[in-house]
Amino acid sequence: MRAVDAIMECLKAEGVEVVFGLPGGANLPTYDALVDSEIRHILVRHEAGGGHAAEGYAKATGKVGVAFGTSGPGATNLVTPIVDAMMDSVPVVFMTGQIRSDLLGTDGFQEADTIGITMPGVKHSFMVTDAEDIPRTIHEAFYIARSGRPGPVVVDIPVDVSRAEINYVPVTEVSLPGYQPNIDGNAKQIRQAAKALAAAKRPVLYVGGGVVLGDASEELRALVASDRFPVTSTLMGLGSFPSEGTQWLGMLGMHGTRTANYSMDQADLICAIGARFDDRITGKLDEFAPHAKFIHIDVDPAEISKNVPAHIPIVGDVKSILPHLTSEYRALGADSARLDDWLAQIASWKKEFPLTYNDTDDSEIRPQYMVEAVYEATGGNAIICSDVGQHQMWTAQYYHFPEPRRWINSGGLGTMGFGLPAAMGAKVGCPDQDVVLIAGDGSIQMNIQELAACSQEGIDVKVLIMNNGCLGMVRQWQELFWEQRYSHVDMGDFPDYVKLAEAYGATGIRLTDKSTLVDDIRAAIATPGPVVVDVRVTEEENVYPMISPGMPARDMVG
Amino acid sequence: MIADGSTSETLSLDDLHASVGVRSGRKHVLSILVENKPGVLTRVAGLFTRRGFNIDTLAVGPTDDDAISRITLTVDGALHPIDQVTKQLHKLVNVLKIRDLEPGDSLARELALFKVTVDGAQRAEVMQICDVFRGKVVDVSKESVIFEVTGTTEKITAFDEMLKPFGLVEMMRTGEIAIARGRDAT
Ligand SMILES: Cc1ncc(C[n+]2csc(CCOP(=O)(O)OP(=O)(O)O)c2C)c(N)n1
Ligand SMILES: [Mg+2]
Repeated sequence: MRAVDAIMECLKAEGVEVVFGLPGGANLPTYDALVDSEIRHILVRHEAGGGHAAEGYAKATGKVGVAFGTSGPGATNLVTPIVDAMMDSVPVVFMTGQIRSDLLGTDGFQEADTIGITMPGVKHSFMVTDAEDIPRTIHEAFYIARSGRPGPVVVDIPVDVSRAEINYVPVTEVSLPGYQPNIDGNAKQIRQAAKALAAAKRPVLYVGGGVVLGDASEELRALVASDRFPVTSTLMGLGSFPSEGTQWLGMLGMHGTRTANYSMDQADLICAIGARFDDRITGKLDEFAPHAKFIHIDVDPAEISKNVPAHIPIVGDVKSILPHLTSEYRALGADSARLDDWLAQIASWKKEFPLTYNDTDDSEIRPQYMVEAVYEATGGNAIICSDVGQHQMWTAQYYHFPEPRRWINSGGLGTMGFGLPAAMGAKVGCPDQDVVLIAGDGSIQMNIQELAACSQEGIDVKVLIMNNGCLGMVRQWQELFWEQRYSHVDMGDFPDYVKLAEAYGATGIRLTDKSTLVDDIRAAIATPGPVVVDVRVTEEENVYPMISPGMPARDMVG
Repeated sequence: MIADGSTSETLSLDDLHASVGVRSGRKHVLSILVENKPGVLTRVAGLFTRRGFNIDTLAVGPTDDDAISRITLTVDGALHPIDQVTKQLHKLVNVLKIRDLEPGDSLARELALFKVTVDGAQRAEVMQICDVFRGKVVDVSKESVIFEVTGTTEKITAFDEMLKPFGLVEMMRTGEIAIARGRDAT
């Protein structure tokens, strides 16, 4: 069998339905095999678009995303999505073509050291030198991408290797002696954690993206329901617990709620679940949660005690650990009344410090209101994607995510241009759901070319550009921390998004009136095909509240 | 990590202590078995660079299994929390086993070559120093002598100090390798 036909067999065996990519000289054999394969291929207009689309697909579905690129520039264009997937633990297999083996190291045409360039940003990578190794390598790549803490895996195949004929034998098992993710969690530690929860008078459950990745939202909800534990979430964990109700504290961190950050600051016990104490969460590390002891549950042992020393470390899969913890906790029969004072304190913070913004009576659309309008128009039922900037933070704050995998954004790397391709991938993975992208007017331009792929393939994404005419988040920092010396943040009135949408074969709409916004957005979402809505919002508006960089959480401003 | 009294039904949060993440303050010799595949050393070295860990010495060699190589490296536990270093190393798919060798339970050796330019009376003196360090003279010419010394890093550093006043031309060190004492494999 041709090695490339074997690749298609392997992808099928891994359950791959769709690949995002763009061909070139070094992956021509693979593209030839696509002609006869049942696997859908979506031709992106830039490899970065393909990489982010594969991420969006993976984030929305929980399956492994796949992106193809050729050697040299094709591979270097994939670097941003690869690192993005690493930072947010997204399972994606990136398959790159490489120049002929005999030319490697000679600076041959379109040669780039793909393995070397991507090495610091991958979970693992493979350079295949023997065609017979291709099937096993592909299955190993998928296994590594999806298991343990998920992440990107690169498979680089020289063009002569992919052109070869091989004796294809389906691979049924992979064996990786150096890779054995721990799943179960230490039973003694779990019992200890249950006792600590029972002893705590001011506990907080601090949940992160690991709960979404581990599909452990149900299990988290069961733990929360075993008592009246307050819950906060990182940007990446939103939706794993419904964003409402008395136990919900709101998002924590730099643009989190005061209630969530004050709760962390005053807690006596913090139970971190699939979260990694990023600097955007802790603020000034020395003054982070000064009264708290920490339970830390994570599938990656290296996250435990990396930034904040754990008192009770539990390494394993949240999905198997949480039910165990819940039943241990229930068995202790802890007196829930011990939480009364704490819950009263939280309730009073919530009352005193709700998320608010200044609205006006004119027709001007406040950016926060735009998100509220999207929430109302979608009934909270859409998959919401975003780019990076103020619009991302406002979406996190004002769209009350009810379920996991409904919120797709670039957290760890903060990649502008992630949104449109990610939305495209999410829509391909979840064709029956509304996929709405809340984009920044800066970010959208970084991968706008994928509108062509959406139009050509009939991928129905609804793009709502929060158009503030500037690189808003940078403008905010220049206003607050650089004495309003605005430097290169104004983008003027370019481009004309309505015309641009039409040029790409999408519907273009401009909205400027607050009073009809909800209905207008509802109508835009109901319009068939890709739609781009240019929503004009207030330019000079800041995301608040805010932990200033390097400051402790209790000193939030705004 | 685990508080005392973990068998009793109740626990006081005051009894919980976090013991990880602290710095040991001493030198650590990490003996790492890796798959013998292209790029594995780059992955290990790259991880140190990326995480800001310093490698003090590094030695790579084969094992009795062709498919497996051994990397021995030394890290300063005063600068880095060693558990974080080893946990990050463990995440590399090609890393099979890591052993943080305790100084008391292991033997460490390094080989060094020293070239000195000496003549007449001085020559006798350096030969004597070499004897004390159980070194060997491996090459002699009219103006120079080459010594070979093996021992712990500390011993070689001491020998180096002794030779410095005598026209030391250059020195080469291999970096430490180490082996666990007792009957079990490292
Ligand atoms: C690729 C990339 N370049 C630069 C940045 C730095 N950056 C962060 S937010 C931001 C502004 C984004 O502007 P826009 O998309 O319009 O969003 P807004 O903040 O205005 O809502 C910039 C430039 C980034 N995150 N990613
Ligand atoms: Mg903007």
